[in-house]
Amino acid sequence: MHMEKYLILNTLSYPILSMILMVPLVGALISLLIKDEQRLKIFGLLVTLVTLVLSLPLFTCFDLHTAKYQFAELRAWFPLLKLNYVVGVDGISVLLVLLTTFIMPFCILCSWRYINKRLGAFIFVTLVMEAAMIGVFISLNTVLFYIFWEAMLIPMFLLIAIWGGARKDYASIKFFLYTLCGSVFLLVAIVALYIKTGTFFIPALMDQEYSFAYQMWIFLACALAFAIKIPMYPFHTWLPAAHVEAPTAGSVILASVLLKMGGYGFLRFCLPMAPAATIYCMPYLIALSLISIIFGGYLALGQTDIKKLIAYSSVGHMGFVTLGIFLLNDQGLKGAILQMINHGITTGGLFIMVGMIYERTHSREIADNSALGMVIPIYVTFLGIFCLSSLAFPGTNSFVGEFLVLLGAFKRSTLVGFLAIPGAILAAAYMLRLLQRMVWHDSDGHAHHHDENEADDHSHVLTDLSFRELSMVVVLTFFVFWIGLYPAPLLNIMDASVTHLLGQISVGGAVADPHAGHHALLELGSWIKQVMTF
Amino acid sequence: MDTIITSKILLASALPMLTALLVMFSGKKPNLREVWSLAGALLTFLSVLSLLPHILAGGSYEYTLATLYPGVNIKFHLDGLGIMFAGTASFLWILAGFYCIGYMRGLEEHAQTRFYVCYAVSVGAAMGAAFAGNLFTLYLFYEIVSIFTYPLVAHHQDGEGYAGARKYIVYLMFTSKAFLLPAMIIIYMQCGTLDFCYTGVVSGIFPEGANKTLVVVSYLLCLFGFAKAGIMPFHNWLPSAMVAPTPVSALLHAVVVVKVGVFSICRVMLSVFGVQMLQDLSLGMFTAYFVSFTIITASIIALSKSNLKARLAYSTISQLSYIILGVAMLTPNSITGGLVHIANHAFSKITLFFCAGAIFVACGKKDIKEMGGLGYRMPITMIAFGLASLSMIGVPGSAGFVTKWFLALGAMDIGSIGILVVLLASSLLNAGYFVPVFLTAFFGKVAPADKGLSGSLENKPLIMFMVVPLLITSIISIILGIYPDLFLSIIHVMIN
Repeated sequence: MHMEKYLILNTLSYPILSMILMVPLVGALISLLIKDEQRLKIFGLLVTLVTLVLSLPLFTCFDLHTAKYQFAELRAWFPLLKLNYVVGVDGISVLLVLLTTFIMPFCILCSWRYINKRLGAFIFVTLVMEAAMIGVFISLNTVLFYIFWEAMLIPMFLLIAIWGGARKDYASIKFFLYTLCGSVFLLVAIVALYIKTGTFFIPALMDQEYSFAYQMWIFLACALAFAIKIPMYPFHTWLPAAHVEAPTAGSVILASVLLKMGGYGFLRFCLPMAPAATIYCMPYLIALSLISIIFGGYLALGQTDIKKLIAYSSVGHMGFVTLGIFLLNDQGLKGAILQMINHGITTGGLFIMVGMIYERTHSREIADNSALGMVIPIYVTFLGIFCLSSLAFPGTNSFVGEFLVLLGAFKRSTLVGFLAIPGAILAAAYMLRLLQRMVWHDSDGHAHHHDENEADDHSHVLTDLSFRELSMVVVLTFFVFWIGLYPAPLLNIMDASVTHLLGQISVGGAVADPHAGHHALLELGSWIKQVMTF
Repeated sequence: MDTIITSKILLASALPMLTALLVMFSGKKPNLREVWSLAGALLTFLSVLSLLPHILAGGSYEYTLATLYPGVNIKFHLDGLGIMFAGTASFLWILAGFYCIGYMRGLEEHAQTRFYVCYAVSVGAAMGAAFAGNLFTLYLFYEIVSIFTYPLVAHHQDGEGYAGARKYIVYLMFTSKAFLLPAMIIIYMQCGTLDFCYTGVVSGIFPEGANKTLVVVSYLLCLFGFAKAGIMPFHNWLPSAMVAPTPVSALLHAVVVVKVGVFSICRVMLSVFGVQMLQDLSLGMFTAYFVSFTIITASIIALSKSNLKARLAYSTISQLSYIILGVAMLTPNSITGGLVHIANHAFSKITLFFCAGAIFVACGKKDIKEMGGLGYRMPITMIAFGLASLSMIGVPGSAGFVTKWFLALGAMDIGSIGILVVLLASSLLNAGYFVPVFLTAFFGKVAPADKGLSGSLENKPLIMFMVVPLLITSIISIILGIYPDLFLSIIHVMIN
């Protein structure tokens, strides 16, 4: 085993990846000892902020010129199975780790008043969640990866089941079952890969050559797990339910980080380990992505519940991500990764905004939250910024991501490009509709402005953003424009890894000849083709 | 001449944005709010003016603000076409600033802070579009204009206002997302950059051997994507936008917004595709005939409208297509005629809208039929209206004549009788819908409700805030007909 050739061992003064993994975990344990509610919140915030600060060198000290896994740590763990504790980040995962550590303080902050029962448990669960999510992104070992992948389910399940809304039982169980179903297949793939190669080490698994038939099975098993997670049509139905019932912090975690694991899984498992199968399945996955984009947007257009609208918009946005991934070209992949980050910031921001208005009006219906423009102008301004960002307005972060994905799509085929455009139109339609109704007038069309009494009512009840709330949205807004106007730092970080990944695909895809594959597999392929054309 | 790289050219779009901020923070004080507006307008105009000498000498300015992706920058590049549009818009903003005071106070409109903020941002974004150095920057500011004019169109916040504003944003957003976005991507894919060609108008940015089909597709997408230009069939937003207060219709929907659309199309035709490419693919003549349809049809619809603002709106749709017609004929004369009409039409049409608003504030009339005898009670307004109408029709000695002269020269250069007929017919139609307004005002039957009323309506101080600006713009639209040299020389510098 020459694991070192894939790794650049950590040279910082502290084991950075293990630290950001352990700090939330230890914090979670300590939080159990704190009884006072105010102190609990402050402690939770401090832990997430410390984790964020500890993770910053990942950005500043990142070596842009290599696709190797950096800041790596390697320790023997279970020699009998050749199982090591090995963590590291490349240009793809480092951004997602940073997104996670960046978004977690917001999850605590936005729960400041929202969570008013079992606060201690909430802080504990949130911190465990953070550790598990970071673990998924830094693991370079399939067993570690799987442990964290599964570990994530329980805190998320609890977040929805304990602090959720009226239909929390339905939503939490649906979430749990869907993702669990997916991960069973992932486990099968991991075991199968171990039996075949005798290693759990992810970079080594990427370097193996597998027959086309074998690749196909691995690809399908993994892709199912990740397609459910991201979620891709037709596996998306758990998402709106989970989003609507989850507390604000749950929605933010779900939208900003959890969905990204599906995309990350595609990039880490499917593409490099099964390149020939990826190329073979590319048209179907592009088709499913396009359906997700248009279907998600179409459904978002009809929603009356703000959270549901944003949830369906996520399906559409994630469609752009999977589209970008399976275009298998430079712009597409970069756009997809950037879009994952953007979606984390923008949709996280939108969910935080919804949480704020829910705390004030106790309703998530658009109709109950209309004509706010004159009443709480600061809130509305930021809502407008996040909505515009979500519809990929030029100058905001999502535009860059969407532009790159579309560019990749047009490069792949003009038809694919044009088929993705309706998604962009729909995004503008549902976001502007939401904005129009929330800012300007009631859904029945009568102008709020003339209804003096009601407007007075509103202004007595509703207060504009507090300092805590303002600080959250200002920071997020800063990133909306920063990435929108100067995305180069992010694109540079992912550059080497994306190039490396494309190299893996073109080499592996050329070696494996689909026609030499197993007979049964070809049948499977034609079966998929039939289902898809049906 | 050389290109000067300076951040000074950011001022023209930054000043209106700054104005908007100042207005926002002085929301409770109407006087201060208006002072900021006027000062912002004046300074913006002066900042544009200070750039003029270098442009007239054949130079240009450039500044890159940010790079999103190789070839996709926020980049400003000022040349003749840009400064003509920016200068016209910022100059008219000063006059419109005074006019706004009269109109908004005269009608005691609500939400005036919001109004002034959005007004300033819209102008600032239009400045940005005028200064844009590449397609992305143009698109960015084009979209900002769409977003910030929405509150202005929906200003009255009643059923009609919302319906109009909804149509407005749906048309503009749909076309830009559906057509402009793919156009931009296809152009980037072919050229590897979105930067305009800065060396003349003959060659575009497309490399040799670009895929001809995709070039044609992206050209058509651009033509329809910039729906603010009001080319049929995507023109319907403009009449809907007339629910806005008249200062909005005047400055934004006769000058700033629609000219951003037309300007963008001209820019794309001349600096992205280039005359040579359009000629080779016969796209020029196609466009010329296509917009001729808009010219004639919009004029015919205008004839049928008795609401003054609606008639003006359709007249605008028709006149905007003159500009594109001129550029589409692809000869030096016709391009001159088209581009100079950006300024000529601005001065004349803003006058007409100013008049319509002044009439509405003074006596609440919107319909032409009710305006019998109004000429004697609002003589300055109606005479200004007459002068501006002359320019619209293209009577010799007025600004409109210069346009039509060059357009006709262009049509003869390419030997197209069809275009000449269109020009003639549309001039007759213009006369057909403008002259009756003037005639009604002075010689029409006085409406029964107005019998026995007399005395000037123009002597109140607030009305004066409106009458003086419209008098100035009407006089300028005549002066531009007698001394057209300034704008012509700017265009001359650009084309050669």
